[in-house]
Amino acid sequence: MFAAAALIAQKDLAIEFRTRSAFLAALVFSLLAIVIFFFAWDATAVSATDLAPGVLWVIFTFSGLLGLHRSFGVEEADRAIDALLASPVEREAVFLGKALANFAFVLGVQAVAIPAVALFYNLPLTRVLGPLVGIAVLAAIGLVSIGTLFSAMAANTRLAELLLPVLSLPFFVPVVLPAAQSTARLLAGRPVAEAMSWLRILIAFDIVFVVACALAFPFTLED
Amino acid sequence: MNELTFEVGGGECLALFGPNGAGKTTLLRVLAGLLRPTSGTARIGGVTLPGGGADARAAVGLISHQTMLYAALTPRENVEFTARLYGVPSPRDSALRALTRMRLEDRADSPVRSLSRGMQQRVSIARAIVHDPHVVLLDEPYTGLDETGAAALSDALESLKASGAALILVTHHLGEGLAIATHTAIMRDGRFVKHEPRGTVDFETYRDAYRDAVMR
Repeated sequence: MFAAAALIAQKDLAIEFRTRSAFLAALVFSLLAIVIFFFAWDATAVSATDLAPGVLWVIFTFSGLLGLHRSFGVEEADRAIDALLASPVEREAVFLGKALANFAFVLGVQAVAIPAVALFYNLPLTRVLGPLVGIAVLAAIGLVSIGTLFSAMAANTRLAELLLPVLSLPFFVPVVLPAAQSTARLLAGRPVAEAMSWLRILIAFDIVFVVACALAFPFTLED
Repeated sequence: MNELTFEVGGGECLALFGPNGAGKTTLLRVLAGLLRPTSGTARIGGVTLPGGGADARAAVGLISHQTMLYAALTPRENVEFTARLYGVPSPRDSALRALTRMRLEDRADSPVRSLSRGMQQRVSIARAIVHDPHVVLLDEPYTGLDETGAAALSDALESLKASGAALILVTHHLGEGLAIATHTAIMRDGRFVKHEPRGTVDFETYRDAYRDAVMR
């Protein structure tokens, strides 16, 4: 199963590398959002460390959706999904492969967006980089699990672009909330231990979403 | 589909005709493992559907009028990806062999999106036969093919049949179907209204029988 999942992920990343459509769109969106938030920010009313966690997680959530939409969009274009599902690969391997590719996509966007936000808001990135990357990775696991499931559900509909955020965003809340809270504590200079209660919630939701989405995924592909 | 019972042995080809909405594509999607029947079973190479899952799917090659390809990848990458999914030994060489069989070796490294519709269809056929399937399901495979492509497809199908594969060909074109069929069937409203060995019946006689069966 893992070999097939790796193969599917590799294929998805090769397609994205060739077209760069979703990644460039996500990067442009991220940088544009950072600039807009920056110029709308009143530094005398809200400190940078209070505002930055919200900016970061709004960007990660919405830029992630761009990649998640593409995930099954490439399969629907000429019904490549039929060839994939008619192959002897288990449906769970398809989910895992898609989720791995989406995970790499979200991490790629985070790798650009985190330094960009730190630069604009003059954040002490070097001091919190390790734990912040840890939170970003944990949240990415939850986001791509939910997003991969709903991308498969929405792809076969005429309103895929609308349906994916409508379905996904409510389920993103239990992931984004603890991620934003723990990021806020880190950026405020609090010890990591103070963010641990939020991180435990984040890990718990990651486990729930990974298991539930992997189990539900095969049913989304049934005609 | 309802009350549908038939058997296609190795080296045989069932050409399935019928008007739009007769259930031909639905039948192929059930056999390919893409649709779950509400009742009844199908056996492919000794594996029962539904439930046979991966083993049954491994024995099947699916060709449709939609190419089922990734436009951003090259024909070689598309076919090699499928070969790897099916666990074909030496996937790279097997992919090139399948493309050569479809007379596409010189375009193996061009992106699929740069190929003509007919060439894309030939890549799709190479993708479907790269793992030497025991059963090949063909849904209007001649759609969009030029003369070269149609000849390459006919050669490939004859060769698959000769190697012992069972073929089920869905088409609206009686001539294409009769040319390769060992058995024929006419489907209407989800049932076979005529199912018989191909025999020596000529095109005109069969066309009249088809009209009778469909219009009845």
